[in-house]
Formats: sequence, C-alpha cells, structure tokens
Amino acid sequence: MLKINDINVYYGNIHALKGVSLDINEGEIVTLIGANGAGKSTLLKTISGLLKPKNGDILFQGQPISGKLAQTIVKQGLSHVPEGRRVFSNMSVEENLELGAYLRKDKQGIREDFEKVYQLFPRLYERRKQLSGTLSGGEQQMLAMGRALMARPKLLLLDEPSMGLAPLLVKIIFKIIEEINQSGTTILLVEQNANMALSIAHRAYVIETGNIVLSGSSEELNQSEQIKIAYLGGH
Amino acid sequence: MEIIQQLVNGVSLGSIYALIALGYTMVYGIVKLINFAHGDVFMVGAFIGFYSITVFDLGFFPALLISMTACAVLGVLIERIAYKPLRNATRIAALITAIGVSLFIEYGTIFVRGAQPEAYPGNIIPAKSIEILGVKISTQSLLILGTSLFLMVLLQFIVHKTKIGKAMRAVSHDMDAARLMGINVNNTISATFAIGSALAGAAGVIFGVYYTKIEPLMGIIPGLKAFVAAVLGGIGIIPGAMAGGLLLGVIESLVSAAGFSLWRDGVAFVVLILILIFRPAGLFGKNIREKV
Repeated sequence: MLKINDINVYYGNIHALKGVSLDINEGEIVTLIGANGAGKSTLLKTISGLLKPKNGDILFQGQPISGKLAQTIVKQGLSHVPEGRRVFSNMSVEENLELGAYLRKDKQGIREDFEKVYQLFPRLYERRKQLSGTLSGGEQQMLAMGRALMARPKLLLLDEPSMGLAPLLVKIIFKIIEEINQSGTTILLVEQNANMALSIAHRAYVIETGNIVLSGSSEELNQSEQIKIAYLGGH
Repeated sequence: MEIIQQLVNGVSLGSIYALIALGYTMVYGIVKLINFAHGDVFMVGAFIGFYSITVFDLGFFPALLISMTACAVLGVLIERIAYKPLRNATRIAALITAIGVSLFIEYGTIFVRGAQPEAYPGNIIPAKSIEILGVKISTQSLLILGTSLFLMVLLQFIVHKTKIGKAMRAVSHDMDAARLMGINVNNTISATFAIGSALAGAAGVIFGVYYTKIEPLMGIIPGLKAFVAAVLGGIGIIPGAMAGGLLLGVIESLVSAAGFSLWRDGVAFVVLILILIFRPAGLFGKNIREKV
C-alpha cells in the first residue's frame, strides 16, 4: 500500500533521514519506534507532504506522492494525526471534525462518518459543542484521530498518540487504534512507547538517527536483545 | 443633545475605521504581517467608486460593489506578487516590502492620474435628515452605518458559517494542521486578502460619500488609525477590530467636540501608546506570554 524507497530529507544542513526505505501492506498496523530526534516525525511529515524529500520516492497505492502537496495526498486517502494533536483549539469539537472532511463533497457519507466517529469516541459526542481547547489531553487525542478519520483514509499515520497521557488512557487509545485497523484502515504508528506499540502492531521498524536499523515482525522484535535494552527497558 | 450628535458622528467615522481595521486584523491573523499597503487599497477603492459614479453614472450601491470587487482583485495581486515569495522570510523583510507596496500604490496613482484631489458629487444620497428624539441624523449617516453594519455581520457569517471561513480560521490557528486537513493554504490566504481588501474598498467609497474630498495620499492617516483600532481591539481578533474602530471614532469625535479638534489625529496615537503600555494584547486579546 505504501512503499518508501531510499528517501533523503534535510532540514537546512541537517541530514534528517538518510536513505530510509519502508513498506506497509494493506490491512497492517506497522509501528516505527525510535528515540527522540531519530527522525520518526520527519518521516511522517514527508509521507504526508509537509516536507519534501531531496530524493528517493514514495508510492502510495502505486502512485508517486513524494513532493506532492499535502492536500493532494489527503485526497488520495492518506491522513496524518500529527504529534501534539494540533487540534484547532479555537473551534468546537464539531467544527474540527467538519474540517477533517474538508475535501469531501458527499454529504451523506460525511454524516455517516460523524456517527462512526461519535460511536468510536462517545466522549467527543458529549462535548461536540465545546471549544476543543478546553478538552483534556486524552480527549484532544481522540479528536485529532476522529478528525483524521473524517477524511475516510485508507492509510492513517499516527504520531505518538500516547504522548503525555495517563497509562489507562493510553490503553484505551491503543484499543481504539486496533478497532480502527479492524474496520479496514491500514495504520502506521509512530511511538516512543515501544512496549505498547509492539503489542498491537503486526510489524515494526526501528529508526536511529535517520537510519532504519532493524525491522521485522513484532514478535521478533519483542524477542530481540538489542530492542529490549534500548527501547523496552529490559535488562 | 449636542453630545449625542457627536456620538453619531463618531460612530459613523468609527465604522469606516472598523471596516479598514478588519482587513489589517484578518491579514495579521493569518500571515502575521501588518499589511501597510492596506490604507492604500482603501484609497484605490475611493477612486474606483468615484469614477464609477462620475464617469459611468452609477448609484451608490453599484459603485460600492464595483469598488469592492476591484479591491479584492488588487488585494490578491498584492499578496501573490509581493508577499507570497516572502512567506518564509523574516518578518522585517515582509514589513519593509509592505511599506514599499504602499509607496508604490500611492505614487503609482499619482503617476497615472495626477495628485489633484477630487470631490464626490453631493447628490448620490439624498441629503435629508430624520429627527429621532430631538437628534438630527442625516440619511447619509444612517446609510453609512447600515452598510458598515451589514458588511460586518456578513463577515461574521462568512468567517463562522462557511467553508472558506472555517478554512481561514484553521489556517490562522495552525497552518500545517490545516494542510493536513487538505486545506489549500495559498488559496485561503488569497481569500483572506480578497475579503479584507473588499472591505477596505467599501470603506473608501463610504469615506468619499461622507467626507467628499479624496486624493491619492488619503489612505495614509485613516490607514494608520485603522491600524491603531486593530491593535486597540487586539490584533488578529475580528470583533476586536470592529469594537476598536468604533471606539476610536467616538473618542476622536468627543475630543473634537470638547474643542480640541486640532488634537484629533494625535489622540489616536496617544490611544496606541496607552494600549501598548497597559494592555498590549488589546481589549479583546488574551495575554499570551511568549515562551522562551
């Protein structure tokens, strides 16, 4: 579904992604784990069109999307839930969700997706008239995910959905991620919380200072000594 | 009753400031740029209205519409040609460019049509007056107020209820997040310039009808005062610009009424200094401490 071939991304002089390649098959949850500053968010931003790679290509459903405008990529069915949630805090929950469906014209379908999102996140329904800036961190994460789902994506990129959330909420969010996946959306999940990420993902990639250093099925990575020491807090 | 008369004058003047201030504040809200050429768009609007009325023999409302449309196009052109290439440049570069655009429009207008002033014909709006509770209000004032209020309500409707308005708010809040929704940021910024400039164009025609005399440098002082009004209300906040404009107009009229009409222009800037000292975020603004 998504195929990344040897992309290089720079921030000015800083070489942030050094020849990264990665594959995602339809229906999978793939997780990308790595420390702060390893290039996880950079990779997601490059996929969704916020950053342009210097070279290399990105194919989404066989179509080249590298260097395309973000709006074109969203329209093709790829949504990105950014790090830090980035909800429009000056607008209501409902308006945020409406903006998620910005490019869609099928009123009926949008109405159905409102229902689906409210079903997935009943809390958002309770607070639909509230300014999203007044929501708690967990609710904002739900809103950011719901907003992305309003575009009816085929592939959903999630950047650190567990950041700053209490353990119980992290569990709820991860359970919902699995539900979203089971209803047919492919997921690329970026996480620092490697334990949680590996527990729901089918496959995983490990990124270190702009290089993919390891990849495999979640079970394999769970067993790997290297991963245990570096990311799982094991000894 | 004298004081109420002055208040009516002040509100009329203030609604002109408010219309111009809206453009400043909308543009600042979305691209964080003080568009110093905005006062000159107001001037161009006044001239387009003037020529529509005198050359093409149109009435007030058709002239207003033509001027608004032309100014919307002008605003988009200014943005695309002068500001868009500088979107990632430093703010000071964009600010200096804005001053350059302002001078270009002022002296371009003088180059094209000369520096001589013109006078709006006095018969566009029937000069009757209505007495309400012993206060004489001219139909002119009423029409100006009505038009301004209508435009402000229309703007609120656009910003809050339409798709483009929601896109504008999204872009002004978080440009990258807006991109991720599929919003075309460039078009949204253009729409903001178009709407802000159309309001300035409307203000130009209204100003011409109310004060009669127009000339190529007429945009400077009202432009600066509208900027003060936008800061007074809280730059980037739309209701703030409306309130700031009206308040500034009333303050000026009251200062004139108190016999200090020579101080009129000065007072606007005293207001600016006071607001910057005591409430830098403006009347409607929240104080946000910049994170270090």
